[in-house]
Amino acid sequence: MKILVPVKRVPDPATTIRVLPDGSGIATDNVKWVINPFDEIAIEEALRIKEKQGSGEVVLISVGQTAWQEQLRTGLAMGADRAILVKADNPLDTLAIARVIAKVASDEKPELIIIGKQAIDDDSNQIGQMLAEMLGWPQATFASKVELAGEKCTVVREVDGGLETVAFPMPAVITTDLRLNEPRYASLPGIMKARKKPLNEIAVDSLGVDLTPKLKIKTLKAPEKRQAGRKVASVEELVQVLHTEAKVI
Amino acid sequence: MGDVLVFAEHRGGHFPKTTLIAVNAGLEMARKRGGQCIAVLSGEGATAAAAEIAKYGPSKVIVLDHPKLAHYLADAAAQALADLAKKTGAETVLATATAMGKDLMPRLAARLGAPMASEIIAINDDGTMVRPMYAGNALATIELDGPVRVVTVRGTAFDAAKPADVAAPIETVTPELDAASLKMEFVGFNEIKSDRPQLTEARIVVSGGRGLKSGDNFKTVLEPLVDEMGAAMGASRAAVDAGFVPNDLQVGQTGKVVAPELYVAVGISGAIQHLAGMKDSKTIVAINKDEEAPIFGVADYGLVADLFKAVPEMVEEVKKLKH
Ligand SMILES: Cc1cc2nc3c(=O)[nH]c(=O)nc-3n(C[C@@H](O)[C@H](O)[C@H](O)COP(=O)(O)OP(=O)(O)OC[C@H]3O[C@@H](n4cnc5c(N)ncnc54)[C@H](O)[C@@H]3O)c2cc1C
Ligand SMILES: Cc1cc2nc3c(=O)[nH]c(=O)nc-3n(C[C@H](O)[C@H](O)[C@H](O)COP(=O)(O)OP(=O)(O)OC[C@H]3O[C@@H](n4cnc5c(N)ncnc54)[C@H](O)[C@@H]3O)c2cc1C
Repeated sequence: MKILVPVKRVPDPATTIRVLPDGSGIATDNVKWVINPFDEIAIEEALRIKEKQGSGEVVLISVGQTAWQEQLRTGLAMGADRAILVKADNPLDTLAIARVIAKVASDEKPELIIIGKQAIDDDSNQIGQMLAEMLGWPQATFASKVELAGEKCTVVREVDGGLETVAFPMPAVITTDLRLNEPRYASLPGIMKARKKPLNEIAVDSLGVDLTPKLKIKTLKAPEKRQAGRKVASVEELVQVLHTEAKVI
Repeated sequence: MGDVLVFAEHRGGHFPKTTLIAVNAGLEMARKRGGQCIAVLSGEGATAAAAEIAKYGPSKVIVLDHPKLAHYLADAAAQALADLAKKTGAETVLATATAMGKDLMPRLAARLGAPMASEIIAINDDGTMVRPMYAGNALATIELDGPVRVVTVRGTAFDAAKPADVAAPIETVTPELDAASLKMEFVGFNEIKSDRPQLTEARIVVSGGRGLKSGDNFKTVLEPLVDEMGAAMGASRAAVDAGFVPNDLQVGQTGKVVAPELYVAVGISGAIQHLAGMKDSKTIVAINKDEEAPIFGVADYGLVADLFKAVPEMVEEVKKLKH
């Protein structure tokens, strides 16, 4: 079975984010770039399915700049078979990125697309669902368990108030939540092998996809900083101030 | 012109507060865009819920009636809502960013070829909107182009709609669905039952982290405080990952965003991903044995203490207040 896994390059989750004074973006000096953590979970799930089935192919896809090769190589080192970098020099909106991935998917014809539920930088939580609609496929967002049997896929989803189970035939799109699995680290032999794995580049303009941005980010600003309050000496004092000063209990 | 369709989520006729928040945000959007706010419901129990929603100020309530919509599934719901958006010529389709809202709205946006803004926290008079990015460390002012656009709102940023003087008329519409293209099947829902207030609706939230060390300690140490305060219980990702509590209690960037009057963080270090989900709470209390823990940087009142000693004491002190 062929599984396509989109990969986004994002600042390491431990990075302190600073908005540039002119509001044009965030400061990227000293930023360590990593694979979006939800995409690592997606790669891991794809690898486990391939390992369980004993055959198949895991293909990574990024829509970004040359530097994104670094994260694709990391994904290949985890065990993915090959990678596609659709080179786009300007940032695209979610609709355009989904259209690009959908176009590549219609050529590659995977049985599954496994994708992170949310990029931890832009926080949109959109692309998986958009892809499913563009391809006319079923979707299971926020997956915490995936089971395959023949053509059928059963997914447990993390939703408000509990866990929901849905089922559908493949091809389909699954978006990953935190509890789906714990991603492996790339091993040293994995890193060596990754250097020789295919990483193809395609120019985004060659795909004939509408890229016109419909969502425009006008400015960014830092939120008001919350001021730290004070320390209290005892539980008794804490409950007193909550009662008499904050008046919340 | 400028009409707003509000997706009014409910389960079997009962709706959470987040649905009234969507209605209120829809009313604000409609007012600013010079249009009407129309609430839309579908699924089992929709008629009963529609009669309630009609009392909260929309101009009209539409019930989408189709056997394929009996139980919510993204593919059918997106088709039905897109069909209605086209028929009504609505400018904005809006929902609260609940699990269902997040599941449905991007699919709808793709079907309409419309841009989508996730989890907005403000609607500006000039049509732009504000949304947090980077775990709330940046606020972006954004603009959506085109005749139709899709929006989810963050539940903590808007008030719930208030009852209006008159109830809106209710209309039933049968959407045109391409049944052959609908392949998703609902198998089951494993509901986590709780008598406590909902995390996203509670006036007080008490959350526990890895510092609690086990699920048993959540029960024997934290829960007495939660219940004594009439609070909802929340948790950090670390506590959920460790299996101490169910996933649906996770507060943070990738869990639920809450902003209660009082948030009590117990044994939580205060990672940026956690702060993203609670830093807009009115009053924040932190109980942590490490005085350097980042959570103290956002807490109004911090107590440096061993939680296993402090929490039982706090239960007693809160009890005293009541007598
Ligand atoms: C300087 C700058 C300016 C920007 N200006 C704009 C703007 O004007 N309008 C705008 O809409 N956005 C803008 N963006 C952000 C934009 O590029 C977002 O990355 C994009 O909108 C995707 O949103 P998301 O990552 O939050 O998607 P999500 O839906 O949260 O992502 C879900 C999943 O989709 C996949 N994914 C996301 N992006 C990619 C990708 N590029 N390649 C492969 N897979 C991917 C990942 O698997 C991810 O886990 C700007 C970014 C920068 C740095
Ligand atoms: C992609 C991604 C998404 C994430 N999303 C979220 C999210 O949505 N929500 C979230 O919460 N996190 C999220 N995280 C995880 C986050 O980065 C932190 O790892 C997590 O919040 C830590 O949880 P914690 O504070 O319970 O544990 P720790 O950081 O281990 O802190 C435990 C605290 O308990 C204190 N403690 C220990 N024993 C005692 C005692 N006896 N008495 C008093 N205090 C004690 C310690 O001093 C410490 O400060 C995410 C991470 C990633 C990478």
